[in-house]
Amino acid sequence: MAETVLSARGFNVRFSTPDGEVHAVRDVSFDIEEGECLGVVGESGSGKSQLFLGAIGLLASNGNADGEMSYRGQNLTRLSQSRLNGVRGSKITMIFQDPLTSLTPHMRIGGQIIEALRVHQKMKGDDAQRRAIESLELVRIPEAKQRMRQYPHELSGGMRQRVMIAMATACGPDLLIADEPTTALDVTVQAQILEIMRDLKAELRTSIILISHDMGVIAAMADRVQVMRDGGFVESGTVDEIFYAPRHAYTRMLLDAMPRIDQSDRPGHTTLEPLGKPDDHPALLDVEDLRVHFPIRTKGWIPHYKPLRAVDGVSFSLRKGETLGIVGESGCGKSTLARAILALWPATAGTVLWCGKDLSQADKDTLRLLRREFQIVFQDPLASLDPRMTIGQSIAEPLRALEPDLARSVVIERAREILEHVGLDPAWINRYPHEFSGGQNQRAGIARAMIVKPRLVICDEAVSALDVSVQAQIIDLILSLQREFAMSMIFISHDLSVVRQVSHRVMVLYLGRVVELADRDAIYEDPRHPYTRALISAVPVPDPHKERAKARIPLPEELPSPLDTRAALTFLKSKRVDDPDAVQHVPQLIEVGPDHFVAEHDPL
Amino acid sequence: MTPMPSDERAGMMQSAEAVKGRSLWIDARRRLFRNKAAVVSMIILGTITLMAIFAPLLSPYAFDQIDFSLVQCGPSWWPGEFVICRADGAHWFGMDSVGRDLFIRTLYGARVSLAVGLVATCVSLLIGVVYGATAGYIGNTIDNLMMRFVDILYSLPFIFFVIILMVIFDRNFILLFVAIGAVEWLTMARIVRGQTLSVKQKEFIEAARASGVSGFGIISRHIIPNVIGPVIVYVTLTIPAVILAESFLSFLGLGIREPMTSWGVLISEGANALETAPWTLVFPAGFMAVTLFCFNFIGDGLRDALDPKDR
Repeated sequence: MAETVLSARGFNVRFSTPDGEVHAVRDVSFDIEEGECLGVVGESGSGKSQLFLGAIGLLASNGNADGEMSYRGQNLTRLSQSRLNGVRGSKITMIFQDPLTSLTPHMRIGGQIIEALRVHQKMKGDDAQRRAIESLELVRIPEAKQRMRQYPHELSGGMRQRVMIAMATACGPDLLIADEPTTALDVTVQAQILEIMRDLKAELRTSIILISHDMGVIAAMADRVQVMRDGGFVESGTVDEIFYAPRHAYTRMLLDAMPRIDQSDRPGHTTLEPLGKPDDHPALLDVEDLRVHFPIRTKGWIPHYKPLRAVDGVSFSLRKGETLGIVGESGCGKSTLARAILALWPATAGTVLWCGKDLSQADKDTLRLLRREFQIVFQDPLASLDPRMTIGQSIAEPLRALEPDLARSVVIERAREILEHVGLDPAWINRYPHEFSGGQNQRAGIARAMIVKPRLVICDEAVSALDVSVQAQIIDLILSLQREFAMSMIFISHDLSVVRQVSHRVMVLYLGRVVELADRDAIYEDPRHPYTRALISAVPVPDPHKERAKARIPLPEELPSPLDTRAALTFLKSKRVDDPDAVQHVPQLIEVGPDHFVAEHDPL
Repeated sequence: MTPMPSDERAGMMQSAEAVKGRSLWIDARRRLFRNKAAVVSMIILGTITLMAIFAPLLSPYAFDQIDFSLVQCGPSWWPGEFVICRADGAHWFGMDSVGRDLFIRTLYGARVSLAVGLVATCVSLLIGVVYGATAGYIGNTIDNLMMRFVDILYSLPFIFFVIILMVIFDRNFILLFVAIGAVEWLTMARIVRGQTLSVKQKEFIEAARASGVSGFGIISRHIIPNVIGPVIVYVTLTIPAVILAESFLSFLGLGIREPMTSWGVLISEGANALETAPWTLVFPAGFMAVTLFCFNFIGDGLRDALDPKDR
């Protein structure tokens, strides 16, 4: 029987605020044993972060923790600040969601790790240096010795999170608390980080508390799971119990709300309207070799500009009623592509044909009136609504701009109508965005796009900022609106599972180029391009058995700099010219099956 | 119809009437009125302003009425023994060095100082907002040129600039307003430009463009309302700066012409008569200090109230 590392009995966290006391964590009890991974899952506001900040005494100044939280018999809530500092950072360490803000920007990463060693282990000089390099190698940072001299901003997000883990493990902790460690990272990087954490657990017998909202990550990592809601645990059990025999309604709801990369249409949810035969719908949108380049000034006295190829020759067409999913990791140009299609940003080259009309040639006024036909829904629901306007004003804005002759009463009537359509109370028309939750604001954002009855709606990460349960509702809403209005959609997301549920066809982007384009079932069940395969295998599935059996396909290297022309040929090294500025071969799309296109790549 | 979470559905039951929303302005006003220092400052400032406006009704004397029998006489209640003579009646603040009632002159001084503060700030607001918003919205080369011009003006020594203007065009009430305003707009332009640049990048501006709103609509409906918060705060801090500038010029003898007066002129005269008639300095200086304090407290309160972080 393994020894218990941390155990809580009747632990509470309270915050005193001007609006009264907030009881953030209520009467929580748990045990975590040596070498075990405890998953804590819950939605935003459930108190899961505050629980562990409270456990190690890092609450905000208006917070107060009581109850028992004992680390190997010592009650942490009663320890003095100096004794607590001895435990915190050496025996119990924590890593956070955002690896940039948790590293000190002006210190070299080596210095930051050595500082932790000096404070807790009283290590100095060469010993500390050697130990720091060892800990960097443990998290598989290549060329660890050189990296020691780099600053945090010189590293990518995934590298920074590895440095955080290296810092957290340098002193040989018993317990690592990871608070959403991979939420800000791309899926392929997330898979690497999770693997590193799994190895730590196996090799060093470090216990891990993994806090996450993502059931997939929990399924991949945890031995036992605690489900948290409104400050309390609603269900706990082994990972298999939670996933295959959930008892509490909330757990079942969470599992049901998770989109699944291994299922297309899901029982109990609105499903995608199947497309008709190709001939009865003509192409609505035709994008031909679209390019968006940004000139980037390189270093030196004489200004010299290099093109950053954000979108580099993308072609596709979209039929009436069809949804095209666009997936790719951060920096692949998916948002730029959306803005170039909508002519919000000028394209460098290529054409966008809307029902046969070239949008790039259209003059300003024609374009403005054409906006009635295509609308966009943004990622951040609060940021995309003007905070000084009521949601009624925001929703009515496209109507007022595009149909200025409409009477005021008609505009208000239509705004109320569309509010009801997206599941908001029309009586809320005079409320402001800050009075709503994220999901309600996103409904308002959708209402604004829908009020002019567009024929194309682009959803740019429209559900990415939402909690899973809200996300599932918004996806259902989008699908049912599409059925009702028979509109076409471009659904952009980094989340491959969501895209599978809502798209007829899926396009995978890598550094501004299409690497694979196919029907959703074809691309998810028979991916051909190595990048698509790596992406799909990296997505955690909320199913522990499948997760354990899964073989991950690694990417050949970290996402290289898009300024380097060699980067585009990461998967076609055989034709690569080894010069960062050379004009490189352009991989062609090859049709490998009916409507299944794959970019040229080296054999696997 | 899609399923809704319980809290949204609960809201549906409330009423069919439109619910009145709580705008950010209303929120800010509530926070401002919770700030005691700001509320007290507003009351004091309001009182001083009302007194300045209704000055002729508050005193039986005129501001330029001279009584040679009462030259440099102190108020009847003034403590201490070194007072040559004491004026009774409604001469609450005593008399100045040529025998004019100081109470009414302090209030007339308030008229001029507050007017200079308001008018010059309005001038700077007008130039600064238009200039800054234009530079920020157009951006790139034009922005660069416009802001470098501001930098050049910044590097000119402002006091000499105003003194030269006053000397060339003679001492002139209107010119004083314009001269100070024309110098104070530089900071305003910078603030507005910075705010415009940051608001311009917000997603809701892009959303408005995607909805087909014209450029003019975006500036008037989205940018200006979102820029106005920090500008209001800066205005409350500009007014005292302008009042100080005016009193400084008056102190140098370049301000208001006799017999009209301002706080700066009164303080200058009072400073000369400090030993024999201290009240001639204490009252105008006290009024001015209280006014400046009030503006600063209101500015602080507004900044806290409008802080977007505190949503």
